[in-house]
Amino acid sequence: MMKLLRSAYVIGRRDFNATVLSKTFLFFLLGPLFPLLLGGAFGSIGAQVASRTETPVIAVVSSQADFDRIAAARERVAGALGEPAVSKLLRYDPERDLAAQQQRLLASTSPPIRAVLTGGLSAPHLVGSVEPKGPTSGQLDLILSAAREPAAEARLLPVTTVQQSSGSLVKDRALTAQIGQMLLFFLTILLSGMLLSQLIEEKSNKIIEVIAAAVPIDALFVGKLFAMLAASIVGIIVWISAGALLIQLVKTGGVQTLPPPAVGWPGFLILAILYFGMNYLLLGAVFLTIGAQASTVREVQTLSMPVTFAQVVIFGFAATAIGEPNAPKAIAAAIFPLSSPMVMLARAAEQPGWWPQVAALAWQALWVVLILRLGARMFRKTVLKSGPRTRRWFGRQKASA
Amino acid sequence: MLRQAQHNGIAVEAVDLVKDFDNTRAVDGVSLAVPAGSIYGLLGPNGAGKTTTLRMLLGIIDPSSGTRRVLGHEQPLDVAAEVGYLPEERGLYPSMHARDAIAFIGALRGLPLREGRRRADELLEQHGLGEWARKPIRNLSKGMAQTVQLLGTIVHRPRLIVLDEPFAGLDAINQGRLEELIRREARQGATIIFSTHVIAHAERLCERIAIIASGKVAFEGRVDEARGQLRPIVRLRTRAADGPWRSAIPGSARREGDEWVFELPAGGPEPLLKALIEGGAGIETLAIERPGLHDAFVAIAGRSAAAAMAAEEPVP
Repeated sequence: MMKLLRSAYVIGRRDFNATVLSKTFLFFLLGPLFPLLLGGAFGSIGAQVASRTETPVIAVVSSQADFDRIAAARERVAGALGEPAVSKLLRYDPERDLAAQQQRLLASTSPPIRAVLTGGLSAPHLVGSVEPKGPTSGQLDLILSAAREPAAEARLLPVTTVQQSSGSLVKDRALTAQIGQMLLFFLTILLSGMLLSQLIEEKSNKIIEVIAAAVPIDALFVGKLFAMLAASIVGIIVWISAGALLIQLVKTGGVQTLPPPAVGWPGFLILAILYFGMNYLLLGAVFLTIGAQASTVREVQTLSMPVTFAQVVIFGFAATAIGEPNAPKAIAAAIFPLSSPMVMLARAAEQPGWWPQVAALAWQALWVVLILRLGARMFRKTVLKSGPRTRRWFGRQKASA
Repeated sequence: MLRQAQHNGIAVEAVDLVKDFDNTRAVDGVSLAVPAGSIYGLLGPNGAGKTTTLRMLLGIIDPSSGTRRVLGHEQPLDVAAEVGYLPEERGLYPSMHARDAIAFIGALRGLPLREGRRRADELLEQHGLGEWARKPIRNLSKGMAQTVQLLGTIVHRPRLIVLDEPFAGLDAINQGRLEELIRREARQGATIIFSTHVIAHAERLCERIAIIASGKVAFEGRVDEARGQLRPIVRLRTRAADGPWRSAIPGSARREGDEWVFELPAGGPEPLLKALIEGGAGIETLAIERPGLHDAFVAIAGRSAAAAMAAEEPVP
């Protein structure tokens, strides 16, 4: 056992140094910036496009006085529902031929007008591609009602603001759970891919022959797996620190103001690292076993595709636990070893209590040991076409190749 | 200090090793015994089963049947710290520095990394690669990288050194250096096994050889024993084209140019000479040659195996 651990350490140390001290690790550390930047950029462009194309524009043919009251009422409604959700209003002076003006406005492309409101506040009438009881006409009903009663402004609901309520906390914690699960899933998939690439590199440059002649092949399996785990934990610590620093600099009150997960931030971060480790070891062992059977990148891609799809399904299964951590399906997902780390991380965000976490970690550790043993055995049998005689499921024994 | 390998005088022993890959038998009952401290050659054409035999002896793959004993242990990995191995297909991490690559291979065999780096610097200096010690492997020439891997094979001062086709890909100068390195390691007490399909290397270096053909050991023993399997060759040139003297030469004699070439008859040279002289041959030249290892190989493994080896790489 000591020899195995010592050999695994030699291999792990080489892999860790080769990963962390390489230029590509810098890109790995910067990795989360790309989706954030791209998400921000495309989100903003998308929002602009959506606001241009989806928010209806209503032409209001009325006097300036009527329009001012209507516009003020619209502002109040937009304040309650959100600006993008409320139709935009544009005022036009009434013309002599009202029917012709309506036709012209409805045909206008700049701006594209959904409907025309005529008759001011006294006799309003809406003409356009809107349903009588649809959202646009409903909004205008509310706006016109508010515009007819300007005194309503004075009867604003008295509000006392508190920092947190159970409703807001549930929402925030569900968001934390969701983000935690997604990071766990994507990071594990990313690292498993990197692990495979390293193994293929070793197989293709034949160094594996030198290693296999010197140490038990299980040590190669364990060493590679834990080296990448250690490298990724370095990455996670860097990301968490950078994120906390950024929040501290940007947000008033800093990280103190973040809504705490149910087990508290320190506990949640420790659990996040532990569950990441479990998830990675479970999935990484599967990927490494697959990699042992492949000799080219193309073969690896072909072989790992079904596993990746299965992992997406498992991710979807784990996601159903968010918001309902005690539902039967959530408990089933917490018991199933491959979804358990993601489910339990979400639970840590949403539910207090440590014993389920400790029990889950023990359960997952058991499966990690089982899968590592099985993976190492298969890895040994396939990576060098070696291994003990195996019993066929049916029929006689056959010598392994 | 000499690295002693004392296990009844045998460093490596294989008994009836068999290896099947799917439906193909790559090695078929190989038995051999390598004396401690000797230089031992495995000869045979590509595909004969040399590499598979070595991989089984090193524990990289397990035999389908048969037993092996390396430095007194049935599990070769139990003595991995005392074994060095240079595989046929060389491999190093391209981004690793030369000294780190040597130290890493040593560390795999249990040599502390710091000591490995120190020895790596020494070895690189000794082999004229001192200035490349801190350069990545990808910047080295193929020959240099091969030398680095060879130094990694011996950095932990193993008692058993296994080299699979170590001369392949090396130029004549580096082949000479490698031969010297092998002799030096043997002088220091290491047992060396190497496989080759170049008979000249084995003839110059080895005390014992195993000739492997089609997965089987066709011969195992001392080099002079292999040669001894053949009778000396007689090359005879006569003035007389024919005459009574013709009855003195065997029926299997063949003409090579203006010479007769045949095995020395069992009676030895004196009765032959007497019969030639009395038969009026008019001897112009008569040479009795000791057969080389190549001749022995042809006789043992067959002309087709010898031709296959010759086709793989010209003898330097």
